[in-house]
Amino acid sequence: MATATQVQAQPLISIEKLNLFYGSFHALKDVSLTIPEKAITAFIGPSGCGKSTLLRTLNRMNDMIPGTRIEGSIAIGGTELYSNEVDVETLRKKVGMVFQQPNPFPKSIYDNIAYGPRLHGTRSKQQLDEIVETSLKSAVLWDEVKDHLKRSAFSLSGGQQQRLCIARALAVNPDILLMDEATSALDPISTLKIEELAQELKDRYTIVMVTHNMHQAARVSNQTVFFLNGEVVEFSDTEKLFSNPTDQRTEDYISGRFG
Amino acid sequence: MQSDTPQANRKVLNTSTSITSPNAFKNNRVSVMNKMMPIILFLCASVSILTTIGIVVTLFSETIQFFQKIPVLEFLFGTKWSPLITPKSFGVLPLLNGTLMITLIACLVAIPLGLASAIYLSEYAPKKVRSAVKPVLEVLAGVPTIVYGYFALSFITPLIRDIFPGAGVFNALSAGIVVGIMIIPMVCSLSEDAMSSVPRALRDGAYALGATRLEVALKIVVPAAFSGIVASAVLAFSRAIGETMIVTVAAGATPTLTGNPLDSIQTMTAYIVQVSLGDTPHGTVEYGTIFAVGMTLFVITFLLNILAQYVARKFREEY
Repeated sequence: MATATQVQAQPLISIEKLNLFYGSFHALKDVSLTIPEKAITAFIGPSGCGKSTLLRTLNRMNDMIPGTRIEGSIAIGGTELYSNEVDVETLRKKVGMVFQQPNPFPKSIYDNIAYGPRLHGTRSKQQLDEIVETSLKSAVLWDEVKDHLKRSAFSLSGGQQQRLCIARALAVNPDILLMDEATSALDPISTLKIEELAQELKDRYTIVMVTHNMHQAARVSNQTVFFLNGEVVEFSDTEKLFSNPTDQRTEDYISGRFG
Repeated sequence: MQSDTPQANRKVLNTSTSITSPNAFKNNRVSVMNKMMPIILFLCASVSILTTIGIVVTLFSETIQFFQKIPVLEFLFGTKWSPLITPKSFGVLPLLNGTLMITLIACLVAIPLGLASAIYLSEYAPKKVRSAVKPVLEVLAGVPTIVYGYFALSFITPLIRDIFPGAGVFNALSAGIVVGIMIIPMVCSLSEDAMSSVPRALRDGAYALGATRLEVALKIVVPAAFSGIVASAVLAFSRAIGETMIVTVAAGATPTLTGNPLDSIQTMTAYIVQVSLGDTPHGTVEYGTIFAVGMTLFVITFLLNILAQYVARKFREEY
């Protein structure tokens, strides 16, 4: 694959002095960082540190929470996300998301994948069939489900459901994939499969994952960002952050002294 | 501390007794209560069951007596209903027609409006609006139906007669609309409950794919809540069929086999009111008609409930 050789990744997402408030609660404080293209960036930190909040600003899922206020700049490929010209639905099409709990729709496996493309206007049966097949193949689920696409998505195991949700997100052809603790509800074997999948997908997609599992961040990500109390404490290449952290708090966290 | 007499045991909790004494785990008061409670509760529950059985038995026996005098086919397929005035005629179709017309109009009003308000409340309304509107809806559901009846007669009917000068003082349209208004809160409240219990995660999944609020509401929430919505629609339907006061006041007392909602009609319920208020002697065929009509109502609502359960089960989406 041609893209696999691309080692030097370009910054795709740049965040500058981002502040986010839930009512009077200051959830993100002066966050500045860049996220490279076609690589995996992991957000780590203890619960309530703001890592999921930041992830949810990338596809503006925070809009749905009343009383959310944002200051500063967050841009994807140079476009300011919170400007008036951004159409939230188009943004979310480009920035897919996978959630903590697998959340397939109460429909068949096929209809779960076809839901997004149909929403955005694909009607032809042939095209939909193609999208369903390629998406399921990308999510390494095709071989397991190809013979019963009409079965309910709930007939799948938790790990399969989560891969189905990844396939569903891929079906609308996003550039960025957000994973919000996508493996925390899964068993170790399913977790491993998702991690392998993420490794494969990073050649084609920019992946940002939130994880409470430091080992996962160390295993799969290229870059890691450590959050504490709404602030970015440290961000650098994963290898460096885990082997040679510059901040004492990072070292305390990764060596298990708190969190 | 240690108490050995049975009396003391009854008054003092057994924690004060030595655990090795024979009475250590005995508590007479509680065990009697425990045995009595299921019996008392069963008696309470049986009140409603016995009432139901009583109603069904009366209805059946009186209806059978009626049909010994009037042939079933004449009753079911006759097109003229005049049991009190000679020449007597016992065709229930005009009453059935009246009831169905009212029900149809009511459902055409209540189901779209009720569903739309449910979607608004569950998907669009800010929390404050929702917590203000829901109690208001429930108050609306508590307004006595006689009030609705006069609302139909003194407000809706003049409005209709302004638009359609040919409409009668008593007409099906006015009563049907107001029956519909009356059941909106029920449709709305029940559908809203069903929609609100659709998990947040399903909505998030759709939003994350770029769905708009309307798309999430119509393509995710409504299908997932469909069985609850059907249940609310059927309950609304049964409620409209059984509604009595509004139609007695506003729809008239003319059993006519008509398709025109501007005509005066009579529903099955309104007919039963008319006969039970009049001086028709007990035991006569005329008096028996109200049981036959009641039975027809009972069978229709019964079948509807079965249909509703079947539909709800068939279209249930598990989540």
